[in-house]
Amino acid sequence: MPNEQRIYMDANATTPVLPEVVDAMLPYWTEHFGNASAVHEHGRIARSALDEAREHVAALIGASPSEITFTSGGTESDNQALFGALGPGQHLITSRMEHHAVLHAAEELDKRGVEVTYLDCDRDGVVSPEQVRDALRPNTRLVSIMLANNETGVLQPVREIAAVAREHGCLMHSDAVQACGKTPVSVRELGCDLLSLSAHKMHAPKGVGALWTRRGVRIRPLLHGGPHERQRRAGTENVPGIVAFGEACRRSTEWLRDGGAQLLEALHQRFETGVLKRIPEALVHGSQVSRLPNTTSLRLTDVDSEALVIALDLQGLSISGGSACTSGAVEPSHVLIAMGLTEEEARSTVRISLSRLNTEAEVDRALDILDRVVQRSRTIEAVNAASCEDIQRSHA
Amino acid sequence: MPELAPDTIAVAMSGGVDSSAVAALLKAEGRSIVGLTLQLWDQRRLAGHEGMPEQVQGRCCSMDDVYDARRVAEQLGIPYYVVNQQRRFEQDVVKPFVNEYLNGRTPVPCTLCNNHLKFDQLLVTARQIGADRVATGHYARVEYSQERGRWLLMRPADTAKDQSYFLFGLTQDQLAHTLFPLGNMVKPQVRALAAEQGLRVAAKPDSQEICFIPGGDYKAFLHAYLEEQGKAMPESSGELVTAAGEVVGSHEGIQHFTVGQKKGVQQRLHAHHATPFYVLGIEPAQNRVIVGEEQELHQRHALVDTLNWIALDDLRGPMRVLAKIRHRHEPAPATIRPHGDSMAEVEFDEPQRAITPGQAAIFFQQDLVVGGGWIR
Repeated sequence: MPNEQRIYMDANATTPVLPEVVDAMLPYWTEHFGNASAVHEHGRIARSALDEAREHVAALIGASPSEITFTSGGTESDNQALFGALGPGQHLITSRMEHHAVLHAAEELDKRGVEVTYLDCDRDGVVSPEQVRDALRPNTRLVSIMLANNETGVLQPVREIAAVAREHGCLMHSDAVQACGKTPVSVRELGCDLLSLSAHKMHAPKGVGALWTRRGVRIRPLLHGGPHERQRRAGTENVPGIVAFGEACRRSTEWLRDGGAQLLEALHQRFETGVLKRIPEALVHGSQVSRLPNTTSLRLTDVDSEALVIALDLQGLSISGGSACTSGAVEPSHVLIAMGLTEEEARSTVRISLSRLNTEAEVDRALDILDRVVQRSRTIEAVNAASCEDIQRSHA
Repeated sequence: MPELAPDTIAVAMSGGVDSSAVAALLKAEGRSIVGLTLQLWDQRRLAGHEGMPEQVQGRCCSMDDVYDARRVAEQLGIPYYVVNQQRRFEQDVVKPFVNEYLNGRTPVPCTLCNNHLKFDQLLVTARQIGADRVATGHYARVEYSQERGRWLLMRPADTAKDQSYFLFGLTQDQLAHTLFPLGNMVKPQVRALAAEQGLRVAAKPDSQEICFIPGGDYKAFLHAYLEEQGKAMPESSGELVTAAGEVVGSHEGIQHFTVGQKKGVQQRLHAHHATPFYVLGIEPAQNRVIVGEEQELHQRHALVDTLNWIALDDLRGPMRVLAKIRHRHEPAPATIRPHGDSMAEVEFDEPQRAITPGQAAIFFQQDLVVGGGWIR
């Protein structure tokens, strides 16, 4: 029965691979298994598949195919951009709400003699071009600000920030892992120099990504070995994964052209309106600024997000709350803390992220589940708080 | 829609054989269960501080234990989650533990953890996720008495594994929603059951030490924790005195001593004594450690506060009990009676060795846990 099916609303964590994307990649495991560097036909078929995939990826972001370097994913792309562009004595400007792939790379660079400035964001989760301008130093080499935040979906003024960077003569990187495939992205319009993409956030497999590098921009490679990827990324190419990535990009381009983002936004609105109407003491972070058409960072007063995520999971609804540490326990999101939320506020926030595969029926069922579980959770919280007060009184 | 059964049980899974066996037992009974591991302490946090092991080998919440718990849950096919309770653990267990030592007392962190986390917060979390009871691998029994109208805590079948000492703080509400499925089993049976079920932890050694103190060196832990908090170990060097007040030696800090301790006392005496000296008591206000001979350690009286009664609603008059004053103490006949508003006085029939402030005193009648409190 369709009613028995689980509902997946954690698309910013990962997405299911589209069946058509699986079909596209399948021949490249077996029949067309060749090494794309080889001269013979096996190799030529693989090479041709890579070329085609590169064109699809480039088309999604309005770039030239030669500017695309395939990587093992968003994390490698971010690391490649930062480690490749920066050396000791140079200065990096980034923000505290970046993904850990940028933040932890920046921390490591700091240990290796790179100066790092971490900008806070405002209460809506936005970093301003003025903040970047104020942080510039003569030795600033790179500015790295994400295009859309993974926790809140808030879009950053990357175009304006890139203009500030260009004026200063430094490079601009943007982690666009969450934005690509959900909202139109054009590297020419953004005016940045480096842009990270990830395949598995747009219905392709895990383990593939890309770094777009503006023609003429030279950065040092992270991996050394063969001459793959124009000597920008050594290692035999993951042909099936890249083919899938290319196919997913092709489909994303079509989806965006056909108004997919507007449909997703309508679904997203249905969800947010429903939540705010049905659940008291709920608020959406960044609701006053531009956001992705799929992400809701939802704060529910007097609800423990960790228990809520488990409770919803047991009711068949997959969403996320905070970032998981190594044991699997959940820590409050650094993004929410960077926005100036208290730890308590961060601990009562969950993230719901839709994909183009979600339906209105799923949204309505998710609202029912959420409403019911939040009510139960708040009743228990109230009873517990009351009994704690009793205990305190009896000790007083 | 997948609904949790109305009588879902949350099993506290530590990754050890006991709690794994509990999950397997309840699953075999066809109960609806969810596995939870409380992430209480980051073992890496103090690693590398002076005196603390560089390599993390602690038992509590180590990656290996979480891995074992998760693998057992996966094998049993039950939903499993790690719940982050590090803030609460530090607040309610670690800080009091450190403060007790600094105040010359000898704390029992496991009881604090049971009172504040395993049976309090865990039950709240269980209820929030839609379960209404918790089950743990403790060796103890809980049952309802119609006659008394109360939930009772009893000693387990395996007296060698008896953990009722650490459970005296449970409230009636907590007992009513707690299961101890191992209460009627002995450890070899539990291991056999785990082996029979093919659980990976069937032969895993029991944990012996305080879970958050790798290697069991609590003094190194105190130092490392205070250092991390930006605090120095308080200056508490002072004198060793006899019960009569005669100064017989000096020491470098009261936190190095616990009542009944012999080790480290003789070399701090100014003059050699033919008979060994023991710690009789600690006076934190004066930074004094009271020392004396073995027979002086044996006392008949103790005062107990922060009481929790399980079999009674309150102690209203004298009562004959067996009193247990530390985990490895053989309960001894005593009379307890109310003392002031909120305390009880314990009078043992025979003097007991090393009645230690900070430890718990638990009162039994046969297998029944009447109640308990903290020794002043």
